[in-house]
Amino acid sequence: MKIGVAATGDSLDAEVSAQFGRCPWFLIVDSDTMDFEAAENPAQDLSHGAGPAAVQELVNRKAEVVLAGRYGPKAEQALQAAGLRFVEAAGKVRDVVAAQKA
Amino acid sequence: MIVAVASGKGGTGKTTVAANLAVALRQAGRQVQLLDSDVEEPNCHLLLDPEIQQSSPVTVPVPVVDPQRCRHHGECARLCRYGAILCLNGRTQVFPELCHACGGCALLCPEKAIEEQPREIGCLDQGDAGGVSFVQGRLKVGEPRAVPVIEALRQRTARDGIVLIDAPPGASCPVMAAIKACDFVCLVAESTPFGLHDLDLTVALTRALGLPTGVVVNRAGLGDDRVYRYCQKEDIPVLAQIPDDRRLAAAQAEGRLAIHAVPDLRDAFLSLAEAIEQRVAP
Repeated sequence: MKIGVAATGDSLDAEVSAQFGRCPWFLIVDSDTMDFEAAENPAQDLSHGAGPAAVQELVNRKAEVVLAGRYGPKAEQALQAAGLRFVEAAGKVRDVVAAQKA
Repeated sequence: MIVAVASGKGGTGKTTVAANLAVALRQAGRQVQLLDSDVEEPNCHLLLDPEIQQSSPVTVPVPVVDPQRCRHHGECARLCRYGAILCLNGRTQVFPELCHACGGCALLCPEKAIEEQPREIGCLDQGDAGGVSFVQGRLKVGEPRAVPVIEALRQRTARDGIVLIDAPPGASCPVMAAIKACDFVCLVAESTPFGLHDLDLTVALTRALGLPTGVVVNRAGLGDDRVYRYCQKEDIPVLAQIPDDRRLAAAQAEGRLAIHAVPDLRDAFLSLAEAIEQRVAP
């Protein structure tokens, strides 16, 4: 399963970002193999609407589940429209992805 | 002559200057129009108590997707830089309040599934305030984009007489929309650290737009001489000073004009207008 994690850095040892739309990095982690790709969040500096633009990025990268500290209202609307499951999480990316698997 | 009254910092006295200047000029027999372009918080009406004769909506075109025709190519979402239209796993979602109304999505859609429809984001109120022709823009609460309302307001700019524009605070797009194509920008500032910091930003903006400026020091006596030193160094004229006078604060709190509370100020505002006119058309 591909999990899209809003992260503070570009490795599995980074923390889950407290905010979804304006996080600096997205890590797309394959929860079975723990292989991942890191992508800079193209929406982080938008003056408005970072949430929806960030959702588009995760959809383009084929994420199925999303993890972040919290989500803005427009991000939630877009995540629901996309049919993605999204979960509030905190801690190291490696640990929260493992917790999703369990 | 079109004069914008602007300031980087909020609460420095833009509305005080614009409203008092408008009424002082009107009472001196001049033809005056006042445009309140602080559309997120228009407050000239509190001082002028205009009689509003006509209100008209301001709309922007936004995309509406026909789900029967949409095949989720995603051209629209790839184009939009504001995340206002998204292509999400078999569903195309529009966020109308993020849309900048460029029309590109409708143009690009290979299925012609997108139609633009007007969406109301605010309104213009037109009326009369004791002989001053008055128009204000009002942005709906929660709408993020003030610029279309300000541009619609500027369309109402009178061709004759003196037009005064009460600009929004700051130094970003709404201010640019309010002050562009003006003859003069009157910058209101307090001589305090914050006042100078934000004055400097607005001066940079007016220089980028190539607009002549002068400064009105409000609450003169407050703070120190930093704004005066700055104006000297930057070769910007200080056109008027409004004293830091408790009577003015009291009048303002009651919704009364400063020139009514302290009649001496009427001449100060008329001198300000004269100084501006000399600079615009010497």
